[in-house]
Amino acid sequence: MKMKKKEETRIGVFICHCGTNIGGILDVPSLTEYAKTLDNVVFTQRNLYTCSETGLSAIKKGIKENNLNRVVVAACTPRTHEPLFQGICKEMGLNPYFFEFVNIREQCSWVHQMDHEKATSKARDLIRMGVARASLLEALEKHQIDVEPSALVIGGGISGMSAAEILANQGFQTIIVEKKPQLGGQLLTLHKLFPNNMDPEQILRKRDEILSNPLIKVYTSSEISSIEGYIGNFDIKIQSTEKEKGEESKQERSVKVGAIIVATGSDVLKPEGYYNYDGKRVITQKELEELLKQDQFTYQKIVMIQCVGSRIPERPYCSTICCMTAMKNARIIKKNNPETEIFILNRDIYTSGTYQEEFYRDTRKEGIIFSRYDEAHPPEVTDHSVIYYNFSQNGNIEIECDLVVLSTPLIPYPESESLSKMLKVPIDEYGFFLEAHIKLRPVDFSNDGIFVCGTCRWPGNIPESISQGYAAASRASRILKKGKFSVEGGTAWIDQDKCIQCEVCLKKCNYKAISRDEDDKVVVTAVLCKGCGACATTCPEHAIVMRHFTDNQIESQIAALLEGTTSD
Amino acid sequence: MTESKDNIEPNNKSEVKKDFEPKILGFLCNWCSYAGADLAGVSRLQYPPNIRVIRVMCSGRVDPVFVADALLKGIDGILILGCHLGDCHYGEGNYEAKANYEMLQILLKNIELEKRVELNWVSAAEGTYFSQIVSDFTENIRTMGPSPLSPKNKDFPEKSLISKMEAIKRVVSDGRIRKLVGRERSILNQGNVYEEKVDEDKYANILEEAVQTEYIRNYIYVTLKNNPSSVRDLSRKLKLASSEVLSHILVLRQRGLVNLTTIKDLSPIYIAIE
Repeated sequence: MKMKKKEETRIGVFICHCGTNIGGILDVPSLTEYAKTLDNVVFTQRNLYTCSETGLSAIKKGIKENNLNRVVVAACTPRTHEPLFQGICKEMGLNPYFFEFVNIREQCSWVHQMDHEKATSKARDLIRMGVARASLLEALEKHQIDVEPSALVIGGGISGMSAAEILANQGFQTIIVEKKPQLGGQLLTLHKLFPNNMDPEQILRKRDEILSNPLIKVYTSSEISSIEGYIGNFDIKIQSTEKEKGEESKQERSVKVGAIIVATGSDVLKPEGYYNYDGKRVITQKELEELLKQDQFTYQKIVMIQCVGSRIPERPYCSTICCMTAMKNARIIKKNNPETEIFILNRDIYTSGTYQEEFYRDTRKEGIIFSRYDEAHPPEVTDHSVIYYNFSQNGNIEIECDLVVLSTPLIPYPESESLSKMLKVPIDEYGFFLEAHIKLRPVDFSNDGIFVCGTCRWPGNIPESISQGYAAASRASRILKKGKFSVEGGTAWIDQDKCIQCEVCLKKCNYKAISRDEDDKVVVTAVLCKGCGACATTCPEHAIVMRHFTDNQIESQIAALLEGTTSD
Repeated sequence: MTESKDNIEPNNKSEVKKDFEPKILGFLCNWCSYAGADLAGVSRLQYPPNIRVIRVMCSGRVDPVFVADALLKGIDGILILGCHLGDCHYGEGNYEAKANYEMLQILLKNIELEKRVELNWVSAAEGTYFSQIVSDFTENIRTMGPSPLSPKNKDFPEKSLISKMEAIKRVVSDGRIRKLVGRERSILNQGNVYEEKVDEDKYANILEEAVQTEYIRNYIYVTLKNNPSSVRDLSRKLKLASSEVLSHILVLRQRGLVNLTTIKDLSPIYIAIE
């Protein structure tokens, strides 16, 4: 790191009364006097409300009149007020990273209200620690990245199409890459949609709008062959299979986009090896829908078996949609021919939502019979019947039938794994994509600029897939709209003189921010680094400097704490 | 290496002052536990005022060197708090914290300081849990009394204990151990360079043995730094077989940390060099 001629460290400490919130518990005047005695502190002041207009002007005045080059505010929590005070520093020509926050409200006055003396003593320690750290703070720059105002949507199913629609409506050039010859995904195979038996074609109209939208470019029969770059600047290679006069040819094209939405969907498990599945007399729900769609359904006695290949040790998750799919199809069959006998053998029935339970009751009212089996006694499928163990009878029951329909779960496409490697994003133990945080960031990946929606994330229904598509598009447009993306200055940096190229950090980094550069040195790409510091903590040679949370800074806080100038 | 644990006897039983106010250091991650502590504040949950917090972005930033440093400087207790496993803002930083903590625990058990360092998980919504953890930990430390390394302790300074703690700090700074801990999860989950996944128990054994060996070596080093000695002196002092001491001395010599200074009564005297 470049070092300018070292200038004198001049720290100003501003202590907030926060009305009586702090001032009513801690002895603020004595803290202010105490702060004066600390090394490098040239100015101290207490304010009634430091974050008020008056308080902020007082800081500005303090910086100007005393030539301060470090500012310490002892007040509330950095989680809410740090940007405000950093902004004031910036306004006064001071690097915002020269600001240090000491929390004496949330973590002191508010939680130690019974013992004013000990609380004040703690505040003294905290201020001393903050001042020690402030002396060692370094100026840092936020990195600004230009953002290409366009997006790539991988997958042209309902979720991907919904995302593309929103992005294009906001004026962003959007590219859809679909591996099949046409857009639509699983919708193309469905007969009618739950719960109102809507024709999928009605939703598929979206496809025509998308194809005619000048801002959306669609590549079908295409796959992603490589992804390089980072947020704002992804370089994508798309490989398309093109057919011309019966001749197949491969074509590769490169595009540049600012954000990526992953909407690759999921497949339906083909239950090879389960219950004598043969695709003819023993079929899946998806195959049943194809029969219904082609109006080729002629069966009289039907047994449906739920949770085939799901909620078992090798695939423990619930696919969430199969219960309603089975009921939807059973009711359609029953409506077409009320004489049909339908049994739904299940382990549990999952009816989450406001109308699902009612739908279940109505299904039962229509004479469709539900009966339970358990995992330990799976039903047996013979060539003319299904035999299952019935709890209440404590014995086996045989149901004659001419068709067995297996409800199988949605499963991730195997290609998810190679795509996840290209995108440098995680997949879970089953192969579904893993979002950054299940509650706080449900459609983001931990890597900036990449989002996820639809059933490639986990099994879901159409409304869920659509709303996730909208959500992902809205998250992406936040970045695309700004045109710039700024990255925190508190990033890791590798001292090449100390680095032994062991690559422990390279494997450790969750953001793939550490890599080998063209000179084969191990380096941090600052715009990718999120500043967690895990690399620095495990570096065998202590070669990694975690900026803004350096070893020196943290050790100075520890040393200041244990200086023990306060006796408590 | 189990026998070494008995050899290095802890500094025990200092008189607990009734008015003893322990000094506790908290490392809190910005996203979960620090937010949980803020919530405790907003909710006005009262807890003992002994804890002083250092905010880090992730519990994975808490270098075991920081912990060893604070213990050496006489802190009475250290609380490291992160997001719950699986909830880390950075994905897996808290697993790093856990790996480092477990390694440090092996070392601290040698001098019975392990209970003075605690790792726990607090979410941003768990203000009550935060205040409870801090209260319980503070009371535990109060019952234990001042750290044997604290200036408040009446037996202070106990020289051999300081040397042992210095040795521990050297072990956690040491590249070999850091590499071993740093690779723990990739070795367990993805396999080593030969793509062999290492069994968790096997890894734990390897780590324990490596850590304890380095501890003895660094203790020898620190002892020699204070007092140039012969193998026999060291063997008596550390209650280790001469052959074992000698093998450690040889390793330390290879690393350029120990040298022969003179020969006294036919015994070579070794000295630590930096």
